[in-house]
Amino acid sequence: MRRYAYAIPYWLWIGLFVIAPIILIVYYSFFDIEGHFSLVNYETFFTPVYLRMTFNSFWYAFLITAISLLIAYPTAYLLTKTKHKQLWLLLIILPTWVNLLLKAYAFLGLFGTYGAVNALFEALGIGTKQLLFTDFSFVFVSVYIFIPFMILPIFNALEKLNPSLIDAARDLGANEWTTFRRVIFPLTLDGVKAGCQAVFIPSLSLFMLTRLIAGNRVITLGTAVEQHFLVTQNWGMGATIAVFLMIAMASIMALTGNKKWGVRQ
Amino acid sequence: MDDRVIIRFDHVTKQYDDDLPVLDDVSFEIERGKFYTLLGPSGCGKTTILRLVAGFIEPTKGDIYFHGKRINNVPANKRQVNTVFQDYALFPHLNVFENVAFGLRIKKMPKADIERKVKEALRFVNLEGYEQRAIHEMSGGQRQRVAIARAIVNEPDVLLLDEPLSALDLKLRTEMQYELRELQRRLGITFIFVTHDQEEALAMSDEIFVLNKGKIQQRGTPKDIYDEPVNRFVADFIGESNIITGTMIDDFVVEFANQQFTCVDHGFAKNEQVDIVIRPEDLELTTVERGKLRVRVDSVLFRGVHYELCCYDTHGNEWLVHSTKKADIGEEIGLHFEPEAIHVMKQSGGE
Repeated sequence: MRRYAYAIPYWLWIGLFVIAPIILIVYYSFFDIEGHFSLVNYETFFTPVYLRMTFNSFWYAFLITAISLLIAYPTAYLLTKTKHKQLWLLLIILPTWVNLLLKAYAFLGLFGTYGAVNALFEALGIGTKQLLFTDFSFVFVSVYIFIPFMILPIFNALEKLNPSLIDAARDLGANEWTTFRRVIFPLTLDGVKAGCQAVFIPSLSLFMLTRLIAGNRVITLGTAVEQHFLVTQNWGMGATIAVFLMIAMASIMALTGNKKWGVRQ
Repeated sequence: MDDRVIIRFDHVTKQYDDDLPVLDDVSFEIERGKFYTLLGPSGCGKTTILRLVAGFIEPTKGDIYFHGKRINNVPANKRQVNTVFQDYALFPHLNVFENVAFGLRIKKMPKADIERKVKEALRFVNLEGYEQRAIHEMSGGQRQRVAIARAIVNEPDVLLLDEPLSALDLKLRTEMQYELRELQRRLGITFIFVTHDQEEALAMSDEIFVLNKGKIQQRGTPKDIYDEPVNRFVADFIGESNIITGTMIDDFVVEFANQQFTCVDHGFAKNEQVDIVIRPEDLELTTVERGKLRVRVDSVLFRGVHYELCCYDTHGNEWLVHSTKKADIGEEIGLHFEPEAIHVMKQSGGE
């Protein structure tokens, strides 16, 4: 009996803060704006406006994840080779301790018409450019914010990799690229998957950055949820979008689910 | 140049940063088709030699030749050698077949040839029918065989083995010793085997290199090294031995334990200080009157095939004796030995 008693706080927490909110969201999604039970929200979701938003969300989340991965993998690889890797790692983690909103405002200052970047462009003779409120700045800032979450799991996977496997591949005639392609990358795939999950899923429902950095030029599902709950007060529609977001996230988790390789046998 | 020589080290030194060199000005030759063992305690430089041959590291000074060509800067993937690693280093994401096929696939060999060669290599190490197994489903001994198959399938000129038996239990290790020796005979290629286990080295090798502190102490056949160790380190490392200091009175006469004995060694300076080795199994238990040495038994251990007696003579020298006869603790006994049992070594340690 004692063993069950220890589990009570856990189940209370899960029940109150995980299961109950999910049930509430699903419940609300079946009510229209006047509070009548209906499936109208689900019909609305499949109209071009919302499908376009869904497509946008996925497209930007994909861009952010892909660019993060392209930068993070080589970075993590170089990190494992440096002398003071723990220090470098700390420097990479450090920005995640700063509030997201602060970082967004910092970029408003940097990218603004009279900001540091444009001042540099001016000095170089390129001239002032519109940086804020573009797709580019949105993706740039998002990648900046998410990249530590991509680097960490990849770094850990590379650290766990048994170095004699690399020797073995070289010994069997593989050049550096083949060694990477056939041994290092497949064996760090778990880290890559974990990193992709950690970046793709939150970037699917980004909302604040879309307004601050992209100036609502990029409208994603996250923005739509926020607008429905706070501006149009259409909680039913907001909940319906949230339901689809949850389904999307769950399926991504299932797709990238890990099969465990023993890294060091 | 002798065309049987396949690898030549010419005054090779390997040093990391400002530390003492791990390999200190070493020169030797390796011939085709022989079983070599690099033997020594950990940190003696034996694995360094192996990694230099494999191409994982480059020498700080000196040159390495392979078939007469200098290969100092040739990367590992361009060398005609393959390695069996200490921890096997099998690829955990590939099954047995793909592990063995790894090197052949890189050479872009036709599929049918790969199939045939992998099957042949697996048959060679008695692992037929295990092609589709995952690595984590294989036992330690089986992984060992996969690692060997993965190396020999590439038909290397030299196979390097880095303490491959150290992770196996005693029975399996003895079994694999026979199998490796047999495999080397059948393949006819050069094996360079690294170990710190002297029994393993004596049982398997055509030639042994005993290493210590980055230098080759002695090279020779197992019998040479066991019977004629050149210095205290080799004598102590190879088998159990009684090593005491003595004086070479004249050719064929040596003094130790305050007594003079006839021996078979000569060519030393008169009254030169020397080290004497007598193997415990060369000492024979007898009565005090008939013994050449008079000792008191201090302890007796039963070792199965023999008793191990630890005795002290009147000068306080310790004598280890292996005998099938038993003696009581505290008893005074005599020790008899033949002149051939006395091995005299120079104290400086040169050959």
